[in-house]
Amino acid sequence: MSSVTGVPTVNDGEGPDGQRVPQADRASTGRLGDRLFGGAATASGVIVIAMVTLIATFLIIQAVPALMNNQENFLTSRVWSPGGEEPGFGILEFLWTTVAAATIAMLIAVPFGVAVALFLTQYAPAWMRGPAAALVDLLAAVPSIVYGLWGLITFAPFFKPFQGWLESTFGWFPLLAQTGITGGTILFIGIVLSIMVVPIVTALSREIFGQTPLAHKEGALALGATHWEMIRTTVLPFGRPGVISAAMLALGRALGETLAVTFLVSSLPNGAAWTWSLFNGGETFASKIANNAAEFSSPTRTGAYIAAGLVLFVLTFAVNSIARIVIERRKAFSE
Amino acid sequence: MSVSRTTVLGALALSGALLLSACASENNSPAPAAGGSGSSGSTGSTDCFSGNLKAEGSSAQKNAIDEAISVFQTKCADATIDYNPSGSGSGIKQFIAKQVDFAGSDSALKTVAVDGLVEADDAAKACGSPAWNLPMVTGPIAVAYNVAGVDKLVLDAEVTAKIFDGKVTTWNDPAIAKLNAGVKLPSTPIKVYFRSDDSGTTENFTKYLKAAAPDAWSYETGKKWTGKGEGKEKSAGVATAVKGQDGGITYVELSYAKQNTLKMAEIDTGSGPVELNAESVGKTVATAKPVGSGNDLALKIDYATKEAGAYPIILVTYEVVCSKYSDAAQGSKVRAFLTTFASDAVQGQLEELGYAPLPTEVATKVQTAVKAIS
Repeated sequence: MSSVTGVPTVNDGEGPDGQRVPQADRASTGRLGDRLFGGAATASGVIVIAMVTLIATFLIIQAVPALMNNQENFLTSRVWSPGGEEPGFGILEFLWTTVAAATIAMLIAVPFGVAVALFLTQYAPAWMRGPAAALVDLLAAVPSIVYGLWGLITFAPFFKPFQGWLESTFGWFPLLAQTGITGGTILFIGIVLSIMVVPIVTALSREIFGQTPLAHKEGALALGATHWEMIRTTVLPFGRPGVISAAMLALGRALGETLAVTFLVSSLPNGAAWTWSLFNGGETFASKIANNAAEFSSPTRTGAYIAAGLVLFVLTFAVNSIARIVIERRKAFSE
Repeated sequence: MSVSRTTVLGALALSGALLLSACASENNSPAPAAGGSGSSGSTGSTDCFSGNLKAEGSSAQKNAIDEAISVFQTKCADATIDYNPSGSGSGIKQFIAKQVDFAGSDSALKTVAVDGLVEADDAAKACGSPAWNLPMVTGPIAVAYNVAGVDKLVLDAEVTAKIFDGKVTTWNDPAIAKLNAGVKLPSTPIKVYFRSDDSGTTENFTKYLKAAAPDAWSYETGKKWTGKGEGKEKSAGVATAVKGQDGGITYVELSYAKQNTLKMAEIDTGSGPVELNAESVGKTVATAKPVGSGNDLALKIDYATKEAGAYPIILVTYEVVCSKYSDAAQGSKVRAFLTTFASDAVQGQLEELGYAPLPTEVATKVQTAVKAIS
């Protein structure tokens, strides 16, 4: 209906006649219901902010004493022996494994997830959209331990020969160099993670693609654009901030995923030679902490793991902030 | 799925039966024959209590203590006993913090300072009396492997150390071939798997390598793996990894090796290859020397034992208790439960679960010590 006039139904706020739309920030009428609801919403917001701050404070308070005792450079060392008289620990390896696996997951999951969302909103016949979307959402509800089990028992045997072929064919390329690790390589972890995060990307992208103003789409088609050109010039630009948000949520999960990774990963022995290869093992922050949580026997040991957790926290925080900035800039340009 | 499960069950039952028969034919210990009727003195009168008992610690003894708990609770319906298998370190920490009534641990309380803390002293302070280490369960550690076409493999300490240190890298290495005359070894590369989490199994296995092959194993011993290879999470992780990889080898508790139907190497201690079974493990436990005094039964295992027929790679798990609880009721609860745990009725069941029962001599000492808890 609204498409005929060119005003999409979802558009809110500034209607053509401005006075009929209430000013959002001064809309309160001062009635009990308003005050209760406003209070509850404010309290929720404050509690969340306070929680994040308190978690950060907790991490810092616990980590600092251990960091003061640290005999190694925390950021650049590859040693991890937080116990004993002279504790020394560095996070370089965990950082590399975490970032590399999450990057692989993103490289696969974002294009794939966006493609699925485009199919569901632009290509799929109407009768298929609802059920197919529900199925994709169901993937997001699968517990991570199930992905872990599936990866270990079903997927790994299929992946091993493929990995062997890559190693022997493209071994000259540093990222694909041959290593002695057989099972849980960074590449393998990345692929399992990507399957875990695809539904997150798809669900959010689908929502926003579905909201592309019909007028834009019809305008593009009227100007002679093909289906693909219409998607490229209207749906994708409109959905970009949403896709970035989706990717960031997905990345957050990929960085922090613990159970499945702990289950699958092959950790390296002490003093293993450094390699850039994605066929190497290694531990992510989350798996390292989870693996050793049972043996937090002294404050220094515990502090070392908490310091690693702090880095993961900062990493996730930084990634999210960057995403926010990108989205805000996009908005500024498109308005 | 169902087929493989049946196979596993069948194999478990079979190996359990083999172990039972091996043990029964060897000595006249009443353990395997005990039908759980509680006729053997020590269990004759179980002191039931109502209320609950909390314990925490080693995951290696989880299945054993679960068995003891179910036996105890059958007799004493009002008692609840919780065992949280969170790891030895965590158990001792909770014991010192008086959060649990007793702790399970893969190693006796340390009497030297680690990270500035002396466990034995702290435990004694928490108890207000000396803390005792009571050996309760022995878990043999299998050197489990998966090599196509090799059903019987003999290793000695030195070759084992070299394999786990990445010095011997293929299965047809002359060092292995020398110990396995007549066996056709493939040229498959050796894939070593180790425990990526801190583990009592790692600690005891490296203690063995260090004691029996000091030249080949130069690393420190400890809960964290110091050799080469590829790390997997927990016993289940390493066992699964070996099962899925031709050429794989790992060290793992017997029960996991059995569950995954892995082949286990025989260990040549210098007096011939020794197979892992209840009898050969019992021999090693019997040679262990007590390092504690009186009723503190901390054992020092002679990993370098050369006694014929003794399987040297074992892990003894302890219950860490106060000798005198400040709350007498608490003491009598601990005593009642551990009496059942140390009884022949429970110890006799352990073989089926992949543990070895305590040799009669040690078991008697433990039963005496348990009676002295107050």
